[in-house]
Amino acid sequence: MRRPPPAARGPADRNRPAMSSSPTPRPAPPPGVPGATRTLTGAQSLVRSLEAVGADLIFGIPGGAILPAYDPLYDSTAVRHILVRHEQGAGHAAAGYAQATGRVGVCIATSGPGATNLVTPIADAHLDSVPLVAITGQVPSAAIGTDAFQEADICGITMPITKHNYLVTDAADIPRVIAEAFHIAATGRPGPVLVDIPKDVLQATTTFGWPPTPDLPGYRPVLRPHGKQIREAARLMASARRPVLYVGGGVLKARATAELRVLAEVTGIPVVTTLMARGAFPDSHQLNLGMPGMHGTVTAVTALQRSDLIVALGARFDDRVTGQLSTFAPGATVVHADVDPAEISKNRVADVPIVGDCREVIADLIVAVRQEHEAGHRSDIAAWWAQLDGYRTTYPLGYEWPPDGSLAPQYVIERLGAIAGPEAIYVAGVGQHQMWAAQFIQYERPYTWLNSGGLGTMGYAVPAAMGAKAGRPEATVWAIDGDGCFQMTNQELATCAVEGIPIKVAIINNGNLGMVRQWQNLFYGQRYSQTNLGTQATRRIPDFVLLAEAMGCVGMRCESRDDVDATIDKAMRIDDQPVVVDFVVGEDAQVWPMVAAGTSNNDILAARDVRPDFDAGV
Amino acid sequence: MTTHTLSVLVENKPGVLARVASLFSRRGFNIDSLAVGPTENEHISRMTIVVNLDELPLEQVTKQLNKLVNVIKIVELHTATAVQRELLLVKVKIDATSRTQVLETAELFRAKVVDVSTESLTLEATGTPDKLDALLRVLEPIGIREMVQSGAVAVGRGPRVIAATPAVRQLDRPA
Repeated sequence: MRRPPPAARGPADRNRPAMSSSPTPRPAPPPGVPGATRTLTGAQSLVRSLEAVGADLIFGIPGGAILPAYDPLYDSTAVRHILVRHEQGAGHAAAGYAQATGRVGVCIATSGPGATNLVTPIADAHLDSVPLVAITGQVPSAAIGTDAFQEADICGITMPITKHNYLVTDAADIPRVIAEAFHIAATGRPGPVLVDIPKDVLQATTTFGWPPTPDLPGYRPVLRPHGKQIREAARLMASARRPVLYVGGGVLKARATAELRVLAEVTGIPVVTTLMARGAFPDSHQLNLGMPGMHGTVTAVTALQRSDLIVALGARFDDRVTGQLSTFAPGATVVHADVDPAEISKNRVADVPIVGDCREVIADLIVAVRQEHEAGHRSDIAAWWAQLDGYRTTYPLGYEWPPDGSLAPQYVIERLGAIAGPEAIYVAGVGQHQMWAAQFIQYERPYTWLNSGGLGTMGYAVPAAMGAKAGRPEATVWAIDGDGCFQMTNQELATCAVEGIPIKVAIINNGNLGMVRQWQNLFYGQRYSQTNLGTQATRRIPDFVLLAEAMGCVGMRCESRDDVDATIDKAMRIDDQPVVVDFVVGEDAQVWPMVAAGTSNNDILAARDVRPDFDAGV
Repeated sequence: MTTHTLSVLVENKPGVLARVASLFSRRGFNIDSLAVGPTENEHISRMTIVVNLDELPLEQVTKQLNKLVNVIKIVELHTATAVQRELLLVKVKIDATSRTQVLETAELFRAKVVDVSTESLTLEATGTPDKLDALLRVLEPIGIREMVQSGAVAVGRGPRVIAATPAVRQLDRPA
């Protein structure tokens, strides 16, 4: 585990108005708690284990069953605990921390409702392969199964949405379980691991030894790709006429973006980056065709659709990318590289399956492709590029200003990206604003785009931005949120204000559940059932500026095009307090291009009622 | 679709059966039968899972099973190269005339009589599903009162064995 020394924490951290460390001197631990002796409690063993494994930051809320763990946590100088306002916030914050830093995120909650409130962020991390360790208190062992107060079978509940989980029955197992949990969360295909610890196990007397001996006979992720498959993939890449590199989040997880760039440049093959892979390859790069999928660029969608070779790197042929699977990329041979063998041929049958860590796969592919080139094998893909450049010119991403004179949400997001720049981290919620943020911000660097891709969790942005900022205090972190999403988790602004985590939030406030409204507009005869939130009506409920102020943040509002830049500039200048900007935008703006759910990528619409004519003049 | 028999070595830990069973249900795969029991190694249990699937879904099931941290090894056993058995306990209604008929049937199928009363006879039979089906077809007209059947267990023929390879690995190996 890489982890900066405490001194490396950024200025935002040093300027925290109220530190998580107690402002008053802490009372001595209650008598009877062993200090320097060999024996200690399970709770102390847990905190020692977290320190040993390098967890510097954890997000949580105490409660009955987990209380024993909070006592030694009070004394830990290596582990900073951030008291959130809702356990869901703790989970998303840990995920945001993990996605921004590459380290394992940690959240902690009590039994019963505390644990079940973690279910959504755990499921979210599971679908987006985010390394997360969730620690929950459990009712005492003797009470398990009796429907005790605040009892929930969280291991049973999270079985389908964790990479693995543990119910610790013996305090002596705590160091081993914590070490295994972090190992499982971070290696192979990353994912969430839950550790449930009954209260009596936390209170039991035990011993602590580090490093523990792992006991994982069934966990052996394959990282080294098979040489024969690599050579076959390279042969195909050197001979294909219409190849595409289909890059997914796995490239970021494997920290393989430098290798990816070399592979793309060596081969000259066009690159598409999925929603989870935005930033894995610079948007400004000539070889980047943008994002594929339901709201991808016409060029990226069509490139995959008309390709003769798809090289999938850490991507999983999600339905939002393939559209109707039976008509997806009918002429393509598929090379599929993934660290998770179960992803290969799950949705689309792979002709060349490669199991391995993307960094190793891509590094080996570079060598193998160069050998092909040296042997004189290199197909001419100029015609393919001419075709793709034609699409790029004819169907660039764009938007129109609303005829009613209201602010265009796309413009707000575009300006935000331009002013905050490629060094900033952008964290989106789920819906229209998320798609616009994926489309209209230029991502140049890895780990600058965080969102809930797989699960599509509304409410992800504010807490995830908090986690990202806590983990990367030197970075500017912008949450781009919708007015619907924002109302699901904005209580964490209070956490940000109290703990000194100055995130910035741009609410793209269209007064509606915008993406749902868009579907109602397109597919339900403009019957806007239950999508108006009232945040823009004559009374703004809530008034986001007042809400922000009430939470200890700076609140601003922007309603006209002329004020956008100045408002963003003003927000950028505030770095000692969280900032919330209520961008009041038109309600009728829509996300385009679009492949309607369940239809073929062949039927992509570039804009409303605009069906691309792919063969015209190309 | 064809029937496949998977031998799955798992860690002998609480909750492993639930993990395997819930994986099948959430991924939409049906289990024909599942039997689990101890092995020669006290830390390892062995599951025999019979599924009815095409080749591609079978591959997917195997890969998903392999992702479970507690699953150590999966081997598909083929009927030609493995011995597969189920256990059947069947309670048959008897009277003075049918009693002999049931006893003769038991002998023919090498079933054992494990319980007798004036009105019933309980047979224990082991065999392949085909054999047990045949036995049940013969007993059916006489009158089956109650029956219980185990899932299949299977072991490969010949000297080769399915065993967990010892794996000693470091936790903090470089990524």
